Amino acid sequence: MALLEVQNLEIAVSAKGKLLPVVQSVSFSVDDNETLGIVGESGCGKSLTALAIMGLLGGTTVRITGGSIRFDGMDLLTLSERERRSIMGNQMAMIFQEPMTSLNPVYRIGDQIIENIRQHQKMTKAQARDRVVELLSLVRIPNPSERVDSFPHQMSGGQRQRVMIAMALSCDPKLLIADEPTTALDVTVQKEVLDLMADLQTRMGTAIILISHDLGVISETSNKVAVMYRGRVAEAAETESLFLELAHPYTRGLLNSMPVVDSDVDWLEAIPGRVPTLEEELTGCAFHPRCASATELCLTTVPKETEFKHGHSVQCHFPGKVAP
Amino acid sequence: MNAMNFLQAAFAGRRLATLGFLWLVMIAVAAIAAPLIAPFDPLEIDPVGRLAKPGWPNLFGTDHFGRDTFSRAVYGARMTVIIGTGSVVVALLAGGLIGMVSAYFTKLGHFLMRGVDVLMAFPALLMALVLITLLERSVFNTILVIGIVYATTTARILFGMTLKLKGEVFVDAAVCSGVGNLSILFRHILPNLVSPLLVQASFIFAFAQLQAAALDFLGLGLPPEVPSWGNMLSEERIYVTRAPWLLIYPGILIVLSVFSMNLVGDALRDSIDPRFKDDISGV
Amino acid sequence: MSEPLLSIVDLKKHYHTKSLWPFGKKQVIKAVDGVSFEIAPGEVLSLVGESGCGKSTVGRTLTHLEQATSGHALFEGQDFLMMSSSEFRPLRREIQMIFQDPFASLNPRLKIEQTLGEPLFIHGLCSTWEEARNKIAIMLETVGMDPMVMKRHPHEFSGGQRQRIGIARVMILKPKLVIADEAVSALDVSIQAQVLNLIKKLQQDSGISMLFISHDLGVVRHISNRVAVMHEGKIVEIGLKNEIFEAPKHEYTRKLLSSIPRVKTGRELV
Repeated sequence: MALLEVQNLEIAVSAKGKLLPVVQSVSFSVDDNETLGIVGESGCGKSLTALAIMGLLGGTTVRITGGSIRFDGMDLLTLSERERRSIMGNQMAMIFQEPMTSLNPVYRIGDQIIENIRQHQKMTKAQARDRVVELLSLVRIPNPSERVDSFPHQMSGGQRQRVMIAMALSCDPKLLIADEPTTALDVTVQKEVLDLMADLQTRMGTAIILISHDLGVISETSNKVAVMYRGRVAEAAETESLFLELAHPYTRGLLNSMPVVDSDVDWLEAIPGRVPTLEEELTGCAFHPRCASATELCLTTVPKETEFKHGHSVQCHFPGKVAP
Repeated sequence: MNAMNFLQAAFAGRRLATLGFLWLVMIAVAAIAAPLIAPFDPLEIDPVGRLAKPGWPNLFGTDHFGRDTFSRAVYGARMTVIIGTGSVVVALLAGGLIGMVSAYFTKLGHFLMRGVDVLMAFPALLMALVLITLLERSVFNTILVIGIVYATTTARILFGMTLKLKGEVFVDAAVCSGVGNLSILFRHILPNLVSPLLVQASFIFAFAQLQAAALDFLGLGLPPEVPSWGNMLSEERIYVTRAPWLLIYPGILIVLSVFSMNLVGDALRDSIDPRFKDDISGV
Repeated sequence: MSEPLLSIVDLKKHYHTKSLWPFGKKQVIKAVDGVSFEIAPGEVLSLVGESGCGKSTVGRTLTHLEQATSGHALFEGQDFLMMSSSEFRPLRREIQMIFQDPFASLNPRLKIEQTLGEPLFIHGLCSTWEEARNKIAIMLETVGMDPMVMKRHPHEFSGGQRQRIGIARVMILKPKLVIADEAVSALDVSIQAQVLNLIKKLQQDSGISMLFISHDLGVVRHISNRVAVMHEGKIVEIGLKNEIFEAPKHEYTRKLLSSIPRVKTGRELV
């Protein structure tokens, strides 16, 4: 049994008296020492899935309508509020895209991490402070014993994101969820942060869920990939086997849409059309309006999850078929 | 978003604000149809029936001249609407123009806004008192004075909001298209300020009532013969022990109206563009 | 190389930080510190670099959204960098800008036809609304939109569609130079490819020159003829696209190129 198992997760948004599904029968699992990359464009449901795991979908407008999330043998959806709290930030931690808004600007970064540690572990302030210095040096912040007393605005974007990682790691979580952790950062800084996360994983054995829109980031950092499109997992596999042979036309389209630095192409093979909005009702495969090889079947029937190759699942009626 | 949708969104699920809105509609109807509603002439003196208790036919009783208090109250609604609307127009026109122009033309703005700052250093009532002593007592002058008092806060608020909008990319885009300054200010920026202006107007409307009532009470507002709620309080205050209803009714009317306007203002404020929420905090 | 359409010589933009004390020392921040380059007619030059390197400031000084501190910018031989805003106005039609954020760059209160029509009237390109609507309709079709959308407001459109409208607003004036500041960065990958193809096609069809400002090296490689790499307010390397990407000379360019996460596709894995 894996550390985190998400099964048939359903999330819906209520708008104008109707329940609109935003995440539909999403399943995946992550184990220790493993990085799962979730990739997709805005509105595909990848962030909502992460928030659902963290129990941060508290509102009445967005709610989980089905499925199960099992973490370390516990069903997270049936836990009481208190039990959940003790897991969140302790055994499970999350880092967000905007390192500026996730840190409270009026407190020193050290105090913010100390507070987080002391909420979950019995430690004196001095002990916690030592631990923070240790963590800051772990995330490669120069002069950690001085930077403990810095305010967030005194640090650069990359450093702030590292502080966020330090805070997330402060209680040795078993699972780290990173939602677009490097999107707001420059490429050179992005590389440092991603390297850091990979390094920390090998040292601590943390399971990581990395959410990104960038296939490059996913390809370089993940062991497993789930490609999401409009609330469903279009394709999922081990990273190597996924990129070896892309089975879903959306994944192929996404890859062809990306301008690459290593070769010249005259025209990008863009996916036509756009992601349908939540209000638009769809029949059949959600991708059929944009798919070049869609048939009558795609228009009427939602494709079931099928095994394309061993450990490579895909939700498409014609997996692996290149458009004519 | 059109005005109807905006109102609908603002009042959805807010019972108190909706009640306030209905009360204001009633006041407005009373103001428009005052001659039809009022059973007596509000200026007609009846020395025999003075200080009558509330009952029939004088619903709210009569004052020390024997004038029908209910009729005066109905005509008072008319003054309420006139003073409120007039002050709003003066405040928004003067204050809005100063604020917007100051934010857009920064050099001129430095100069204008320092003037506004100086005026804002005086308490609103004090400033109104100073201005009114320079002028005659008339409806128009009362409107002018109250309008000017609230023009200062309006200028401040619009200054801030225009400054924010000036930094928007669509303004940059308009500049790059070659659009002139005045056109940017009035065709591109102003339409984005309509809903916050509406909110500001509702607050000014409410505060203008209090201000007008205070001026009337001090005998510096409307001419004494004009039936307004403030004048009614002012004239009858010596009868507070003998005929308390003469003060209770206009008092209740003022309190209810100002309260309603504030409720409506709050409701509107909560549904406008979140960027501007912090700018408007009453006047 | 033919006579350049635009040549920038030693462009500088310095900011002064405000001091806490009334007579305290002010610090100078050199956002752009002596940048020179040329753009030939029909050429696409990309300005690439990380955030804070000054690339956007170059674009903003060239469109007079910010006043440059010093330098020269010659457009068809005319130095416009230090012109007053009224002197510069006739040039605005020739030098246009595409903005990054498609959600912020269209005025939410104006209909699409108002946004697209206004510049036509300002620059005297048409005199009646009938004429303007014809031009707008043709332009909207050119950027791949239904002409009927001109009656609608921006909030009814998705990010990609808004960016197309933003491009239409620029192209309708038939400029000679377009400055695109992170024009596709805010878009999703699949939409970004569509818009990028559109920009490239419009550029090739009309033969306009372009200054393409971006942080994304992949996008830059796709669209440009020449590339200038900026770092801390200066151009560290400038050259033909293939020289920069295949044989980068400057250390910073190499670092940038090596930092980009790449997809290991099937062919490379096998």
